[in-house]
Amino acid sequence: MGLVDRGRMPAPLTKLFNMGRSYSMWVYQWGLACCAIEMGAAFGSPRYDVMRLGVIPLPASPRQADLVVVSGTVTDKMAPAVKRLYEQMPEPKYVISMGSCANCGGPYWDSYSVTKGVDQIIPVDVYVPGCPPRPEALLEGIVLLQQRIKNEDMAAKWRNEEFTTLQKTAALQQAEARPAPEPIVVGGGPIE
Amino acid sequence: MTMLNERQQLSYIAAQAADARLNVELETEGMTLNIGPQHPATHGTLRIIARLDGEQVVWAEPVAGYMHRGYEKLTEVRSFPQVTTLINRIDWLGSFANEVPFILAAEQLMEIEAPPRAQYIRTILFELSRIANVSLFLGDLGVQMGAITPVFMAFRDREYVLNLIEGATGGRFHPNFDRIGGLKDDLPKGWIAETKQVMKKLRQFCDEIEDLLFGNEIFQSRTRGVGIIPADVAKSYGLSGANLRASGVDWDLRRDQSLPMAWDQADFKVWTHPDGDSWARCWIRLQETREATKIVDQLIDNIPAGPVMAKVPRIIKVPEGEAWVSTENPLGEMGYYVVSKGDLGPFRVKIRSASFNNISITPWVLKGVYVPDIITILASLYFILGDIDR
Repeated sequence: MGLVDRGRMPAPLTKLFNMGRSYSMWVYQWGLACCAIEMGAAFGSPRYDVMRLGVIPLPASPRQADLVVVSGTVTDKMAPAVKRLYEQMPEPKYVISMGSCANCGGPYWDSYSVTKGVDQIIPVDVYVPGCPPRPEALLEGIVLLQQRIKNEDMAAKWRNEEFTTLQKTAALQQAEARPAPEPIVVGGGPIE
Repeated sequence: MTMLNERQQLSYIAAQAADARLNVELETEGMTLNIGPQHPATHGTLRIIARLDGEQVVWAEPVAGYMHRGYEKLTEVRSFPQVTTLINRIDWLGSFANEVPFILAAEQLMEIEAPPRAQYIRTILFELSRIANVSLFLGDLGVQMGAITPVFMAFRDREYVLNLIEGATGGRFHPNFDRIGGLKDDLPKGWIAETKQVMKKLRQFCDEIEDLLFGNEIFQSRTRGVGIIPADVAKSYGLSGANLRASGVDWDLRRDQSLPMAWDQADFKVWTHPDGDSWARCWIRLQETREATKIVDQLIDNIPAGPVMAKVPRIIKVPEGEAWVSTENPLGEMGYYVVSKGDLGPFRVKIRSASFNNISITPWVLKGVYVPDIITILASLYFILGDIDR
């Protein structure tokens, strides 16, 4: 992966890697409250069957996971554990916040002990609304995340840039390649 | 005493010293094992601290509060109809069952009673949520002992029950269907016929689980004689529900209490087991699921005609007073002590949830067990974190 390190990654290779990454995601199930059961239904039940999307829901530890689904109410007592979990995951890592509680506090918006949204602690890639969301909604969130990963510029992601897409990088490169316009000087003629 | 020469004395001292050294080397240190706060075996965010001596637990204590959402305070700033939205989420597997005692307490204060049709439908939905709750327990039980298949079967057959609840209430998980004075709506068309079919499927599921899991030799050897709770200890710790009945105490609020619900119209057996071990607790829950399907089958044929909503003022103001209502929820006794001062919302609500008391016995029951048994005992006690912390 030295190529990625140096920020020189050919686009076709990036696409190949991205495809591989998006269809072999290991999901860590960070089930906290009601949503954990719907997440269990999405991941463990024969009706929804997340494995057909190329997602493996049973890593033994966050150190093996690419994606974490934070499902349920994050309380202030739990928040340090959530942050620690996120720090244990290897890069590149993604977070899906499932349910109103994890998104913004949900029905406990005025509670004294609930963290109003997990995005106050860790960065979130996909928000799945609902209380709790149906398993289909979580599956859609995962599909959207896969689309995003497929379109990601790995080198830019490595440099910790936000919103890294292949199109954005291409546009930036095009802008660099264009010759810089000559400075316009009022009164005509270059200044010596 | 025989006379020893110097050489013999020296060798005796050397042997004593060697023994002492060996004892020091073999002496084991205590170890503290932390399970949780997020662990698949703790059904949520329970944390258990266990001090071990070798493989045995010397001391164990549950640390609750990782899911505390401040229900009792939040109910003070909500109006009565809004409270049901919140309390749905206490025991999130049997949501409908949480609403019923609170609504009954409010109705008691307002001195109104739901019409008989609403009472029947309430009871049916109550038992359906019990099935949805306990069927997941039966599946989850296998996972704790290394069998993955039962949980797939549980999720498969639980979906049918959730579909029924969704068909009747519109909510798959949190119905929020109860109103003070009745129900939001009547049952949809074709619901009764479908329910009968689903109850047949659920009984098949129970048979499957009994063959596959309860008849399994590994399952039996890991649960029989493990985590025994005698009846007097269970009573003194305030256990309720299946955990208490598994210790041989014949106590069921559905039968022992007269509430405006339709349980007295159904004929069902309250199962007890004399053993009080993990196996008994699991077996009681299996039988309860079967009884619940029978209750639903009996009630669904005799739903009386009529309205589903009593006459209730548009803006609900509950008169001043105090009321305590508890019902036999899937996890045990759940009760609400509602204090009203005549306002739109309750002045104070004390929630007695079953799991909090059920988990309080863990320091007693985990003392002296082996580490793998912690998981099976916790699984058989069956708690839900929302129900513990509120």
